Amino acid sequence: MASFDYDDAPANSAAPPSSQSQTPDAALGYDPNFVPDSVKTFVVHLYRHIREKNVYEIHQMYETSFQTLSERLFKDTPWPSVDAVAHFVDNDHVFCLLYREMWFRHLYARLSPTLKQRIDSWDNYCSLFQVVLHGVVNMQLPNQWLWDMVDEFVYQFQSFCQYRAKMKNKTEQEISLLKQFDQAWNVYGVLNYLQALVERSMIIQILEQEKEGLEQFTATDGYDYSGGSNVLKVLGYFSMVGLLRVHCLLGDYHTGLKCLLPIDISQQGVYTSVIGSHITTIYHYGFANLMLRRYVEAIREFNKILLYIYKTKQYHQKSPQYEQILKKNEQMYALLAICLSLCPQVKLVEETVNSQLREKYGEKMIRMQRYDDEAFGIYDELFSYACPKFITPSAPSFEEPLVNYNQDAYRLQLKLFLYEVKQQQLLSGVRTFLKVYSTISLGKLANYMEVDEPTLRTILTTYKHKTHAVDVDGKIVSNADVDFYIDDDMIHVVESKSSKRYGDYFLRQIVKLEGLINDLDRIKLD
Amino acid sequence: MGREVEVQYTVEQLVAVNPYNPDILNDLENYVNEQVSSQTYSLDANLCLLRLYQFKPDRMSTQIVSRILVKALMAMPAPDFSLCLFLIPERVQMEEQFKTLIVLSHYLETGRFRQFWDEAAKSRHIVEAVPGFEQAIQAYAIHVLSLTYQKVSRPVLAEAINIEGLSLDKFLEHQVANSGWILEKGHGRGQLIVLPRNEFNHPELKKNAADSVPFEHITRIFPILG
Repeated sequence: MASFDYDDAPANSAAPPSSQSQTPDAALGYDPNFVPDSVKTFVVHLYRHIREKNVYEIHQMYETSFQTLSERLFKDTPWPSVDAVAHFVDNDHVFCLLYREMWFRHLYARLSPTLKQRIDSWDNYCSLFQVVLHGVVNMQLPNQWLWDMVDEFVYQFQSFCQYRAKMKNKTEQEISLLKQFDQAWNVYGVLNYLQALVERSMIIQILEQEKEGLEQFTATDGYDYSGGSNVLKVLGYFSMVGLLRVHCLLGDYHTGLKCLLPIDISQQGVYTSVIGSHITTIYHYGFANLMLRRYVEAIREFNKILLYIYKTKQYHQKSPQYEQILKKNEQMYALLAICLSLCPQVKLVEETVNSQLREKYGEKMIRMQRYDDEAFGIYDELFSYACPKFITPSAPSFEEPLVNYNQDAYRLQLKLFLYEVKQQQLLSGVRTFLKVYSTISLGKLANYMEVDEPTLRTILTTYKHKTHAVDVDGKIVSNADVDFYIDDDMIHVVESKSSKRYGDYFLRQIVKLEGLINDLDRIKLD
Repeated sequence: MGREVEVQYTVEQLVAVNPYNPDILNDLENYVNEQVSSQTYSLDANLCLLRLYQFKPDRMSTQIVSRILVKALMAMPAPDFSLCLFLIPERVQMEEQFKTLIVLSHYLETGRFRQFWDEAAKSRHIVEAVPGFEQAIQAYAIHVLSLTYQKVSRPVLAEAINIEGLSLDKFLEHQVANSGWILEKGHGRGQLIVLPRNEFNHPELKKNAADSVPFEHITRIFPILG
């Protein structure tokens, strides 16, 4: 039930607000204590496989059996309560926490959780993470599952913030619960759990040491083949992605990217071993770079992942995440359309991705170049469609009149983004002219653009400033497809040629050849 | 947490060790003032403070926020000003002093230095509270001019850095001596300043950089070569 981003709106708006306070499933004749045989078999086997550290079987049961059973028996009711199944699994504390985690995840995906259930789920995460942080867990769990935990944790936090911010229509009972349990899904708690997982797991040091060949993590996909547990390490690893996402939801893009820094996204890693994690990482990485005006960096990574999704999506058709994959795919095309409109760099985009992009947004992108009101409308539309679900992390004011503030964070980010677009509105015009000249005098260009010379100078400086981003190390890098310099009153245009990175190409071929020779050596001829 | 503990750590360390701790809010506020008086800057610490304000809006001090924003303007061409705005609630941004700062940022972002200096002169009380403001903006102006021009005429430079006449002569003298600027006579009308060469105003310099291979990449084939 991986869930890198359910849509809040449909689930919540489908149910009338009043149903939040009662248990909606009671009406459907759901008996939390009834355990069908198939569920009994499921928990007994899963428990055994976990004790035997049989990752392969755990993964099968987690990915397939759990889905099948949910589909067959629990389409619109929750799974049996943990108390009802506990005695089948020796009342094992950790297993029960894991079971409840899945129980809530299923509930969030299929029904709409009540406030009480949201709070209970928070408590369950606290207990689960505390057990993991204290190092008592001696299990080996599939990466997919561990990713889903972090992902769901952040999702439920986001969902809670959205829910809490809709203060109108809250019942008195809900308000008193919110006041009473003000620590539930508290932003400090959420951030500190993720941070604690990163620190306690020593994952940053592990990744550092791996670079020097002193440690294996990526090579084993994070699994521990010498009898240890992978749970804390891998949860710590995925928590870095979780932190990136939380910071993006808060509008803190700089800090978000900083949290991801220990993971080298130019290479394959554990984050690419689970499709959901791969997509979440790159989506947020690209979005943060877009907001930091590092368009080339965003374009490069969006291009890579979109190509990857294009090539591999057929293998995920049956996966429960398929819909989410498609949705994020569409959103990233929209973000790519924005990036390329602000910073034309078609050379960076692979042919397949480019033709998909033209098909989806070709016509809109042409209109975006015009920078009139209609164009701003399209920027607004694409941004709103593709941005993360921003949250306001602070608690509501409980004073009357109660107001909704669930849109505040989104509106602010949108406004600031459109402000940036407006600052760049004259650049596409100047770009068009620069493309057709190799040299042109300021006076002549000012004439063509119907502005005076001082204004043209400001446009040209703006062009330079906006196309020269500050990268992670504080270095200035050019994002310009067409560049120029001015010698007093004369503009000299330089069409930037993408220089082929022969060095990298040869390095890769050398490593590849060596691998091939090693393989050949291993073959024994009779 | 005892007082002794706080003394042992610098604020930078506090931010690095425990970035999600509401108890460091006061330290961070003091640190903003320290950055102002000692002419230093830490984006990470300031973002951390804005984040804590975001979590507890009633603790926000508009004076501190205003100082953070002025400092962020001084960090241009880095996008720090926007990074801070992303974290400041819209209703706070509507306040007069912040509106002014947003306008100032807008002028800098769009290369309108004349308007910038005019507006800054009207808002002395905000920007003069932060030492080094003028120099920092001048440095940014010179940065964008160096991206744009090989040779720039004296009046264009004067407008961008807001220095004229004798002071400008002195300034130019200093730049010639220390930063490799060259003064030329323009064709008939006044002075031309040749700005130092970089890969942005002399694109031919760029090629070498793009073709080089970082050392870490080479290390990957060391075992094979050995």
